[in-house]
Amino acid sequence: MSVDTKIAFDQDYIKSFSERRQEPKWMESLRLKALEKSENLPMPKPDKTKIDKWNFTSFKHDVPADAISSLDDLPKDVRELVAKDQQSGNLLVHRNSTPVFHQLSEELKEQGVIFIDIQTALQEHGDLVEKYFMKDVMKVDENRLTAVHAALLNGGTFLYVPRNVEVDVPVQALYWQEDPEAGLFNHVIIVAEDNSSVTYVENYLSYGNDVESVANIIAEVHVGQNARVTFGSVDNFAKGVTTYVNRRANVARDGKVDWALAQMNDGNTVSTNTTHLIGDGSNADSKTVTIGRGDQKQNFTNQIIHHGKNSEGMLLVHGVQKDSASAIFNGVTKIEHGAAKSNGEQTQRVLMMNEKARGDANPILLIDEDDVMAGHAASVGKVDPIQLYYLQSRGISRHEAERLIIHGFLAPVINELPIEGVRKRAVEVTEGKVN
Amino acid sequence: MAASTLKIENLHVSIEGKEILKGLNLEINGGEIHAVMGPNGTGKSTLASAIMGHPKYEITEGSVFLDNEDVLEMEVDERAKAGLFLAMQYPSEVSGVTNADFLRSAINARREEGDEISLMKFIKKLDKKMAELDMGEEFAQRYLNEGFSGGEKKRNEILQLMMLEPKIAVLDEIDSGLDIDALKVVSKGVNAMRSDDFGCLIITHYQRLLNYITPDKVHVMMQGRIVKSGGAELAQRLESEGYDWIKQELGIKDETVGQEA
Ligand SMILES: Nc1ncnc2c1ncn2[C@@H]1O[C@H](COP(=O)(O)OP(=O)(O)O)[C@@H](O)[C@H]1O
Ligand SMILES: [Mg+2]
Repeated sequence: MSVDTKIAFDQDYIKSFSERRQEPKWMESLRLKALEKSENLPMPKPDKTKIDKWNFTSFKHDVPADAISSLDDLPKDVRELVAKDQQSGNLLVHRNSTPVFHQLSEELKEQGVIFIDIQTALQEHGDLVEKYFMKDVMKVDENRLTAVHAALLNGGTFLYVPRNVEVDVPVQALYWQEDPEAGLFNHVIIVAEDNSSVTYVENYLSYGNDVESVANIIAEVHVGQNARVTFGSVDNFAKGVTTYVNRRANVARDGKVDWALAQMNDGNTVSTNTTHLIGDGSNADSKTVTIGRGDQKQNFTNQIIHHGKNSEGMLLVHGVQKDSASAIFNGVTKIEHGAAKSNGEQTQRVLMMNEKARGDANPILLIDEDDVMAGHAASVGKVDPIQLYYLQSRGISRHEAERLIIHGFLAPVINELPIEGVRKRAVEVTEGKVN
Repeated sequence: MAASTLKIENLHVSIEGKEILKGLNLEINGGEIHAVMGPNGTGKSTLASAIMGHPKYEITEGSVFLDNEDVLEMEVDERAKAGLFLAMQYPSEVSGVTNADFLRSAINARREEGDEISLMKFIKKLDKKMAELDMGEEFAQRYLNEGFSGGEKKRNEILQLMMLEPKIAVLDEIDSGLDIDALKVVSKGVNAMRSDDFGCLIITHYQRLLNYITPDKVHVMMQGRIVKSGGAELAQRLESEGYDWIKQELGIKDETVGQEA
C-alpha cells in the first residue's frame, strides 16, 4: 500500500483533460490552481482515525466507457438499483465516472429543472455551475483531498430546481464503477431555489476486493428559503476502494434538508455529513446507517451547525461493527451565538458483533447560546450473548440470530428513511453484508 | 412421531465456579407432566438453563439424553431442533425484530431449505394460537418482548411453545406475575399441548398453577437436588403445609444452594 499522498498528475495532464472535456476557462484554471495547492495542503485529519497509510494515490483516472442505449444493457445488479418507479423517469447513469445514460421527463424540463451530468452542465450551464461550484458550501482548499478532488473531478451531477417548482418524483443518479481500478472524483451540486422541493437519490457501486482504487466525493446542497431537499444515498464501494466523502448543505430561512444515508462501503472510509442551518427557522434531519465488516476502518462525522434562530437539527446514527472492523462516530451539534431558540438533538448507537470489532461514539455538543435546547444520547455495546441464546433456544442458528439482531438494530433508522427506494436498498445491502 | 424421553442423570452444574446442581436425576417421558417445586434459590432455573445450554452454566458431571441423542454435546439451536423447548423465567427483548418474523425464522429453522412454511399457513396458525391465548393481533407486529409486561412475556413464551410444538418442554415459572385470568389462559394453552408425544416439566414455587395443569409427578428441589418425589397429592400437601415438614424430615436447615445437609 502506498504511503505517498502526492498524486501522479501534472499541469499538462490536467490542462489537456479539461480541454478534452470542453470545459469553460474558469474550470480549467480552477483545476490547475487546485492541483498546485494540493501539493502544499495538509491531509484531512479525521478525529481518532489514522489515515496516513491509506491508499489515496493508486487509481486510474480517465477510464473509457461505452454509452448504453437502454437500461436493458445494464448488468442485472446495476439494473436492480434503478427503482421501479424510475424506469420512465429521471435517471442518470455513470459508468467509470462517464455519463452513459440520461433521462429527464419533459414535464420537468419544461419547468426549467436541470438534471444533467456535471460535464455537460459545465459546457451548457457554465455560468450557473460557476456560481455554486465550491464557493459557499465547500472550499477547494479545505485540505489536500478537497483540492485533489477539484483538480481531478471526473464525474458528477448538476441538479437545479427553479423557484416554486416542486418535483414530486425522486431523481436518481447511479455511479457504477465497472472497472475496479477506476478512481471516482465525483461532484454533485444540488440547487433548490426558494419554495422549491426535490428528492435526489444516489447509488455508488463498485466491484473487486483485491484491486486498489479511490473515491473522492463531494456533494454540495443549496437549500433556498422555504425549499426542501431530501437527499438519499446508498454507498456500496468494494473493499479495495478508499472513500473520502463530504456531503454538505447550506439551508436558508425556513428551508429543510433531510439526509438518508446508507453507508455500506466495504473499504476504508472517511465520511463527513454537514449541515449549516443558516436561516432562521431552518431545519435538518440526518439519518445514517452503516455496517462495517472485515478489517475495514471507518470514520463518520455527522454534524449540524446552527446559525439561524429557531433552527432545528436532528442526527440519528446506527452502526453495526462485525468481524474486526472498527469505526469512529463523531456526532457534532454546534449552536452558534445568536441562534436563539434553536433545538439540536443527536443519537448515536453502535453495536459490536464480535470481540475484535471496535466502535466509538463521540457526542460533541458545542453551544455558544443560552436560550437553546440540546440533547444527546450515545451508546456503544456488544451483542448480548443472552439475546443470542434466547433466539438460538428456538432453533435459530447463531448466524441467523445475528442476522435478525443486526436487521433489528438498524430497523428503527431504516424504517424512518424518507425515500422508499433507499429503504429497500438499505435492507438489501444489509442482507448482503450479514449473509 | 413416537414419544420421546428426556433422561437426566447425576447432573452437576456450576456457575462462575460455584456448584449449584449436585447430582440431579430426572426422567420425563412423552405424555407425562412433571412439576419441579421448591423455594427460591434451590437451583430450579439452573436445571432449566443447563438443559437448554445457557452459555453461563457449566456442566461438570452427568448426562442429559433426549432419546438416543446426547443433549450436552449439542449447540443451543440443535437442542431446540432435536425437540427441546424452554419457556424462560426472564425472556430477552430483541429490538427491531417482530414477533412474527422471529417465529417464522424459528419454524423455518426446523424445516429443510426450500420447504419453508408458506406465509398463508404461518399466519393462519399464528392467528389461531394468538386467539387461544387471548393475545391481541398487534402482538404479531410488535418487537420481540420489547416493552411487554411480565404477563405478556409469559403469554408470548407459551405462544412460542404452541407454534413450535416441541417434544419436551420446560416451563420455568410461567405462572409468576400472572393474575388468575392470565393463569387460566396460559394453563389452557399448555393443556392443549397435552398428548402422548409431548412431555413437560413445569417449574414453579406455587402450587396454584397445578390446580389448572394436573401433574403426573411432583418433585421437590432443595440444595441443588431432587429431595422428594410423589404424585399430584404432594403438591397439595406443599400448598397446605409449606416446605418445612420436608426440611424437618430430611434434616435440612437452609434449603438454598450452597448449604449442606
Ligand atoms: N448468574 C449467577 N451468578 C452467580 N450465582 C447465580 C447466578 N444465577 C444463579 N445463581 C445462584 O444459583 C442458585 C440457584 O439459582 P436458581 O437456579 O436461579 O434458583 P431458583 O430458580 O430455584 O430460584 C442461587 O443461590 C443463586 O444465587
Ligand atoms: Mg428460577
